[in-house]
Amino acid sequence: MTSAVLVPHSQPSPDEPRVISAPATPGDRIFRGLLRAAGLSVFVIMGLIALFLLLRGSDALRATGWSFFTEQRWRTETHQFGIAAVLPDGLLIAVIALLVSVPVSLTAAVFVSEYAPVRLRGALVSLVDLMAAIPSIVYGLWGFYFLQPRIVGVIRWMALHLGGFLPFLKVRTGDIGTSYTSSTFIAGVIVSLMIIPIVTSLSREVFSQAPQGEREGAYALGSTRWGMVRTVVLPFGRGGMIGAVMLGFGRAMGETIAVALVISPAFKVTGHVLENGANSISALIALRFSESDGLSLSALMAAGLVLFTLTLLVNVLAGLVISRSRSGANTAD
Amino acid sequence: MATTTDQTGKPRMTTALDLPTATATATAAAAPERRLRLGGVTRAEVSTLGGALLGSLALDWMLYERLLPFSGAQGFLLCWYLLFLGFCYALGSVQWDPQTVRERLVSVVAWSAGLLLLVIIAEQIGYIAIRGWHAASHGNFLTQDMDHTAAHSPITSGGVLHAMIGSLEQLGLATLFAVPLGIAAAVFMSEVGGRAARPVRTMVEAMTALPSIVAGLFVLGVVILSLGLQASGFAASLALTVMMMPIVTRAAEVVIRLVPGTLREASYALGASQWRTVWNVVLPTARPGLVTAVVLGMARGVGETSPVLLTAGFTTRVNANPFSGHQVSLPLYIWNYVKQPYPDMVSRAFAAALVLMAIVLVLFVTARVLGGRRPGALSRRQRRRIARDAAARDAVVRETAVREAATR
Repeated sequence: MTSAVLVPHSQPSPDEPRVISAPATPGDRIFRGLLRAAGLSVFVIMGLIALFLLLRGSDALRATGWSFFTEQRWRTETHQFGIAAVLPDGLLIAVIALLVSVPVSLTAAVFVSEYAPVRLRGALVSLVDLMAAIPSIVYGLWGFYFLQPRIVGVIRWMALHLGGFLPFLKVRTGDIGTSYTSSTFIAGVIVSLMIIPIVTSLSREVFSQAPQGEREGAYALGSTRWGMVRTVVLPFGRGGMIGAVMLGFGRAMGETIAVALVISPAFKVTGHVLENGANSISALIALRFSESDGLSLSALMAAGLVLFTLTLLVNVLAGLVISRSRSGANTAD
Repeated sequence: MATTTDQTGKPRMTTALDLPTATATATAAAAPERRLRLGGVTRAEVSTLGGALLGSLALDWMLYERLLPFSGAQGFLLCWYLLFLGFCYALGSVQWDPQTVRERLVSVVAWSAGLLLLVIIAEQIGYIAIRGWHAASHGNFLTQDMDHTAAHSPITSGGVLHAMIGSLEQLGLATLFAVPLGIAAAVFMSEVGGRAARPVRTMVEAMTALPSIVAGLFVLGVVILSLGLQASGFAASLALTVMMMPIVTRAAEVVIRLVPGTLREASYALGASQWRTVWNVVLPTARPGLVTAVVLGMARGVGETSPVLLTAGFTTRVNANPFSGHQVSLPLYIWNYVKQPYPDMVSRAFAAALVLMAIVLVLFVTARVLGGRRPGALSRRQRRRIARDAAARDAVVRETAVREAATR
């Protein structure tokens, strides 16, 4: 006790770690070099992806010029092709997927982190992880054979009763069964199931980091559990939630197989989301790849480059949002 | 009978045969304080929920079946749920104050979101199992390929043997490539660090969300178009590597960060170099979590369809050599046969999906069983072994001490 008094005040904090400097052995230097190479390989791979897509897609881009971004049709034999139809349609699928999945997954995240009994929590986290591990093609099979026949009733009701005053819900192809299937909306619903686990697990992680002191403070002020969630947990996790939703959007844009199984490809932006006929860049690539060579393959590569750039932008932006937020500040070093 | 009535005010010793009227007041006074139950559900809550559930079901049934021209199972369930919430609100506001009603309503919504996830997963697995059982229950399904099976062949011919071989080989190769690279990148971020660590982490995050079809296009562009190799299992495994590596890296980094710093410092204090510390201390401590990371990556990789679609080619017969010739895998098999207009082919595709789901489930459960412990925590068997070793050591020490005493 007394010795503590004798310590001079020149040390600002006794808990600060010492700076350890040791000369690196040759073995260490090689080891660090290898690790650094592995770390930087991520950049190499991503760079190579961009480079090769650009290289392989340059033929198509040169053949069409800027009209690649304004042309809706996809006729490679006459050099009339572009992404003006598939890109907005794909974005529409992603937006619908978000509209369906975000309320569900945020509620589920709040449930897992705040409402579920502690004993169930681990099992629920595993359940969400399992949902993320279910292959895309299984979602596709389930969506096409199980969901679609059962959801047509809802779609028909929406088209007939809401289509009057919400024009984008109108179906103009007549009131027959097939005009309600294979639409942008159904593809969006199926994709929404696939991004639920991503958004749920990311936002649950953020919610569970909300500081215990602030939670107890809210309870001590007489708050109910929902009041605590609303005033402590949700504001704390706002940045993380936004980031999770953006990551989900990126994933929804790139989703391929389930979309390709369900849609019947159309090359026209109609804006009528319930109508038969939809498309996205990834589904286009998956469906057209087998009959493509030369210029048409190059066109697919160029479309892939656009998809790659867009998802990269969205994901990096999401990463920035998460790391800037209060909840993400301590996770990103 | 043997009752003793104490006059000094000590607690009475009573037996079961004591007269109830005489002792009721005494025991009530002497009863220990009862602990208040804070959480849990009350009878009023349960009956409110039950009433709302039944009432909304009845109203929904009446609307759907009798009054309005609605149809479709999903619409029925959706309306039922909305009506249920309405009923909950109405029944609650008769009994409780608005704040309590809101609180209870939110917990109902939260619980139903959790249940919805459960239902979705159960539905997926159940539906695939039911549709797939038709073809998968025939013994030939796991032992034959599709070489002698035409469009209208009966369900007793043809199977997924070639696709299973392809899936396992491609997954094995991809794991072989992705795991060392992924774990090395994770070790780089957490152990070496420096200025490069942060951009690497951002890039890994971005790569996790790389559209799988782009990974396929990339390998197609490099390996098949530029290097001129044939579409093969090897090319497919490269595409899977691109998909699996960031998953492994992210999961592994989280685990490696959990390794206590004191262990590292102890290793350095013993004079170990950095690579010795990583190799002999950090990685073994994090082993269960690392295995989980790898197995989760494998579970994700085995189900990827689009990278394989662009790079593996398609064949109907067994090709055990991933380096030459087309090689089909389970997702590709499903993709190819489910689009055919023959019911038996669709049945085979569903059965293949069942096999795929079984593989994913086995991998997933393995990962969970292995990864239940925190880094450094010992399993029950390890703890037993350590206790046994310690006991044996103690016995030896005691024996030598006795022997030394005897010789002296």
